[in-house]
Amino acid sequence: MKINFNQFINRLLQTIPVVIGVTLIVFSLMHLTPGDPVEIMMGQGTVTEGEIQRIREELGLHLPLPVQYLRFITGIVKGDLGYSIYYRQPAREVIFSRLPATFELMVVAMIISLAIALPVGIISAVRQYSLLDKIGTIGALLGVSMPGFWLGLLLIMAFSVNWIFPVAGRIGFGMAPQRITGLYLLDSILTCNWFSFWNALKHILLPAVTLGMSMAALTMKTIRSSMLEVIREDYITFARAKGLSRSQVVLKHALKNALIPTITVITLNMGVLLGGNMIVETVFGWPGLGSLVVNAIFNRDYPLVQASVLIYAVTFIICNLLADFLYTVLNPRVKF
Amino acid sequence: MRITDLPAVRPKYAEDSERFHVRLREFWREYKKNRMAVIGVFIVGFFVSIGLFSPWLILHDPNEQDIFNRFQPPVWMEGGSWEHPLGTDELGRDLWSRIIYGSRVSLALGMAVAFFATTVGIFMGLLSGYYGGTIDSIIQRIVDILLAFPYLVFAIALMAVLGRGVFNLFLVLLYKEWVTPCRVVRGEVLAARESEYVEAARAVGAGGFHIMFKEILPNVFSSVIVVATLRVAWIILMEASLSFIGVGVPLDIPSWGMIIADGRGYITQYWWLSTFPGIAILLTVLGINLMGQGLRDALDPRLKE
Repeated sequence: MKINFNQFINRLLQTIPVVIGVTLIVFSLMHLTPGDPVEIMMGQGTVTEGEIQRIREELGLHLPLPVQYLRFITGIVKGDLGYSIYYRQPAREVIFSRLPATFELMVVAMIISLAIALPVGIISAVRQYSLLDKIGTIGALLGVSMPGFWLGLLLIMAFSVNWIFPVAGRIGFGMAPQRITGLYLLDSILTCNWFSFWNALKHILLPAVTLGMSMAALTMKTIRSSMLEVIREDYITFARAKGLSRSQVVLKHALKNALIPTITVITLNMGVLLGGNMIVETVFGWPGLGSLVVNAIFNRDYPLVQASVLIYAVTFIICNLLADFLYTVLNPRVKF
Repeated sequence: MRITDLPAVRPKYAEDSERFHVRLREFWREYKKNRMAVIGVFIVGFFVSIGLFSPWLILHDPNEQDIFNRFQPPVWMEGGSWEHPLGTDELGRDLWSRIIYGSRVSLALGMAVAFFATTVGIFMGLLSGYYGGTIDSIIQRIVDILLAFPYLVFAIALMAVLGRGVFNLFLVLLYKEWVTPCRVVRGEVLAARESEYVEAARAVGAGGFHIMFKEILPNVFSSVIVVATLRVAWIILMEASLSFIGVGVPLDIPSWGMIIADGRGYITQYWWLSTFPGIAILLTVLGINLMGQGLRDALDPRLKE
């Protein structure tokens, strides 16, 4: 497989102004507050004038704006994302301690969404207008029309009344496996701690299903339409004419090409997953990055909000880059 | 040849309105082939009329508290009454009236944001696509930057610093929402710019603005309408999410997302509190999505799935 590096570097260079713009917006977040951010953060009247002055200087808020922005940028480059006022820790450490939980949730949600979307999408394309196709189409429509947090609440109502699934947290108290990667499911497999594994699985299932559903609907629609397109191509007819069985043609020939647009759509829809993740984590009390941001907002911990929003945006930019990259690698006909 | 043999000369506006009439009838004939799309129109019409006539449909002031009648079940359950058809919440507020009133914020914001965002988006998209060059690069970089934030993350962070409020919500949603119509219009303009009718207009000496608004816009309008309709559904979901998290509408304005959040703590015992407003959101968004798909099939057969 030949990769055009010039093309890719070109695309990389294009993201530089985007990244600068993103940092500008994130930086200006704190300055958009009506009123004095320090007073809002500390709660009015609870701190003395001198203390406010001290915090202002600590955060560098007394400096002129361009200088503040430069400090912000150099901080990011050095890996310093600011200081969380609420946790009294560097924001980077707070965020990194939450990342494994979010990562684990997103991976499981992705697996669930693919486990639903792949078979349903393929079958509904191969058997167009069949009953399953119709059910799939209606299901996808409901999936995109339903607010994610409401689905989560319905699941809690349905499954937690009789305590089949726990409704909050990542794992039962004192059951966390020995920390290797920070991903409870993986760690408990590595340490052969099946009791922890079962408990962690029960905790992750409802939030992951909630998050996976919105993704599944979009993925299914893409797989279906790209399969429909591919199936009508000549080489599929030829493969059938050669005497290959129907399932062989579908799974080996058609699916491979139908997956190209699907992969792109999945990567582009990471934004849906990243945003939905905030909601789902809040509903299920999942101790990840999403619930951290929401709590930081209510604690008026602006530096932490800034740092997390930046992490979200950078992740999303990387996903988009990856989508473009994968697309050209898989489909050499495309140019940026 | 007598003068009566000639076709009657009619004022231009009459012709225009007749043509519009004919086109509308043609459009409807195409549209109603899709039964689901017609259902969508009915659902949306139903909720819009609820929003418009809500002062006459409510039974109580949606914010009126009645501590002695907390957690009343819906009328068909034991202990329910017609006084509160869908029951009451943790403060004894009437759920029926709150949901009816909640439709106003959701629909009004959804439509207002979609309308203004589309207007801005059309303008930016036309400029970007028609002139290309520096203008295009600048607008597209802004679009790229705004698209680099996951939608909800961006909206939540902005609402957090601006504070709750309907107008703030409008601004925050609008801030990013114009990007989608802008991209659609730009793409269409790029295709239209090379077409013969634009070339013809240029040949007779038409200026840039004339070509953009009088020649290209009418031709790309159908895709814009489709996108704008589908975006209303998205905006309603975003508003509900923001209000659910607690950074949306102010506390004294009931909105569906906020009603769900209010009932969240009691769902295992009092299921109706969060279920009914959720159904309202689901049906409204579903109706708009069905309508949007129907519009797309009728107006823009190229995109038909």
